[in-house]
Amino acid sequence: MSGFTAPAGTASFKERADAALGDPILKIAVERTAGTAEAKRTVAVSAFPDFEAARTRAAAIKDHGIAHLGAYLEEFEANAVAAGAKVHWASTADEACKIVIDICKAANAKSVARSKSMLGEEIGLPHALAEAGIGRVETDLAEHIIQLADERPSHIIWPAMHKTREQVSALFKAKHRTPHQEESIAAMAESARRELRSRMLGADVGISGANFLIADTGAVCTVTNEGNAELSLVPPRVHIVTAGIEKIVPSMPHAIHMLRMLARSATGAALTQYTTFYTGPKRPGDRDGPEEMHIVLVDNGRTKMREEGLAEMLRCIRCGACMNHCVVFRQIGGHAYGGTYPGPMGAVLTPVLDGLKQSRDLPNACTLNGKCQEVCPVRIPLPTLLRGWREKSWREGLEPTSMRWGLGLWAFVARRPSLYRLGTGIAVRAMRLLGKKGWIGTLPLAGGWTRHRDMPKPAPQTFMTQYRKERRK
Amino acid sequence: MTRHVALFVTCLVDLMRPRIGFAAIRALEAAGCDVVVPEGQTCCGQPALNSGDRDHAAALAKQTIEALEPYEAIVVPSGSCAGTIRCHYPEIFEHDPLWLPRAQAVAAKTWEIMTYLDQVCGWKPEGVTVDAKATYHDSCSGLRELGIKAQPRRLLKNIDGLTFAPLQGEETCCGFGGTFCVKYPSISNAIVGEKADAIDATGADLLLAGDLGCLMNMAGKLNRNGSKVRAYHAIELIAGMGDGPAIGEEA
Ligand code: SF4
Repeated sequence: MSGFTAPAGTASFKERADAALGDPILKIAVERTAGTAEAKRTVAVSAFPDFEAARTRAAAIKDHGIAHLGAYLEEFEANAVAAGAKVHWASTADEACKIVIDICKAANAKSVARSKSMLGEEIGLPHALAEAGIGRVETDLAEHIIQLADERPSHIIWPAMHKTREQVSALFKAKHRTPHQEESIAAMAESARRELRSRMLGADVGISGANFLIADTGAVCTVTNEGNAELSLVPPRVHIVTAGIEKIVPSMPHAIHMLRMLARSATGAALTQYTTFYTGPKRPGDRDGPEEMHIVLVDNGRTKMREEGLAEMLRCIRCGACMNHCVVFRQIGGHAYGGTYPGPMGAVLTPVLDGLKQSRDLPNACTLNGKCQEVCPVRIPLPTLLRGWREKSWREGLEPTSMRWGLGLWAFVARRPSLYRLGTGIAVRAMRLLGKKGWIGTLPLAGGWTRHRDMPKPAPQTFMTQYRKERRK
Repeated sequence: MTRHVALFVTCLVDLMRPRIGFAAIRALEAAGCDVVVPEGQTCCGQPALNSGDRDHAAALAKQTIEALEPYEAIVVPSGSCAGTIRCHYPEIFEHDPLWLPRAQAVAAKTWEIMTYLDQVCGWKPEGVTVDAKATYHDSCSGLRELGIKAQPRRLLKNIDGLTFAPLQGEETCCGFGGTFCVKYPSISNAIVGEKADAIDATGADLLLAGDLGCLMNMAGKLNRNGSKVRAYHAIELIAGMGDGPAIGEEA
């Protein structure tokens, strides 16, 4: 099967990006999904009465929650506990995984059914479960594909967006116990259903994430388009929620507003197919539901972000609009980013999670065109945050020496106008020597440019020289 | 009323395509402005700012502020450089009580040329004829930082003989991104490759935009692809200089 698998670990961002650029199937797959999402969002947003005001309100709701994080989390905890849930606090990814594994062990769990959550990916939960010898079934269709292919998600809404239908079909045929015969989508979905249903129903523990934590009721809100969350969280004896602490909203009306923004920004739909609020475990008299509900509230760098000038990033509701509209993401796909989160939001988050040294390319590999900010439903100033990382990287000396020297020299000359005039005059004449007919095909020191496109030959004299001559006349 | 304006030429226009500077002067004078080109100007500092080199960005910003602050208005033939002065200079000096007011004052009177001609002067070109079909690319900084969209189109509409072909993805970045195109050339190439194909697909004779950086990127790719589309800064046509050589053509 010719699937694109990101060269993990050792490869650099540029190598991963080049590998992605060289894969025509990846390009088709990404364009299909992101292109459709872009078109649908445009329609949904134009049909929304006042989307700009709604964005402002959404940003304000998140900012308010984040400004009073401690108070709302405590309120949430009290209400969740009153509803019968158990609340755990984890400050790191490892701590969060350990809490989950301990709960699974205490419940004597052989297998868990997991409903896709980016936080689970962020803290490395699939890996931790495997290490603990606990079987895992991914119940989200795309996540199931990823699990079968032994890959990582490449998008936060469509983890398998990098794969074409043809590739998925081949994968199912190879790995499903009773695979599909016909190539239709329906037959493939049925094959996945046969594979997943029995395992979902037989799981001891269900693990999910949360789209919103509602402080005044202690409810956890989850949205899916496949209904897999409901199916994998209700039958097991134990339900574990892992959630980032920034998911908090004060009340149900706030959650409803955020849901409207989330669905439209992500897929262009008015609502997702399934929106469920879980408030505590099964109560006496309830016919079904888990006996225990655990909520693990995870920090993993979030309070630090608030202190380090990245508070606005905590507004993120993981809708994926920024990556769907990003020219760079559309070319290289999600795996090239190398972290849990891809695209513009990933370029801000990955340095927090993996360290700037490993990921300095991400905030740099952006044209700062501002489209991501234009579509972000919570108005995160992504370009400004990316520029902030670039400044930090520059201050810490992580930027390549050639760049530091080049810019240093440019600034040195540009700060001395007469030297600058002399230098630009010489540069123009030198460049002209390299050109034929108006264009320069190879330019020393600008190989990156002329490898792919021509450079127009500059005019014989700079503007300043010509202007001075004219004025003297 | 004569408007006294300073022209900030931008380093790319100065070095690569002086015609744009002269076109700017011509259009401004036609609109009744008295134009000067302040001596102390070089580069607005955007390459340093976007690379994270804040110290050099601040040094160049100070120099630019000093060169431009004596004038009534500052006009720039680039949405991206005008955006740097208008939106980013005040950010650079956010915590500098001495320079912040100066940066804010300069920012408040800095205009992108087509916005200035259209919105401030209420001017339109007269008696200009260009027999061609054009397509227009909305450069990102101008579009998203300064809201430049209708202004160039309103001005260009007054040119006799000029017709328009809509560009698929006219608001999509061309992949130039200042230093991005040299730092990540293969990604930049993939982006500009799609842009060049979209431009070719319009069937237009001319590609117009308001930023020389983006224009050089797109024109360079079109030329490498063997396309016949010719590229101009929109102000060249507006100023009646559309009969001169296009980008990459010898005079
Ligand atoms: S940064 Fe904004 S657009 Fe991107 S995923 Fe988060 S909320 Fe959505």
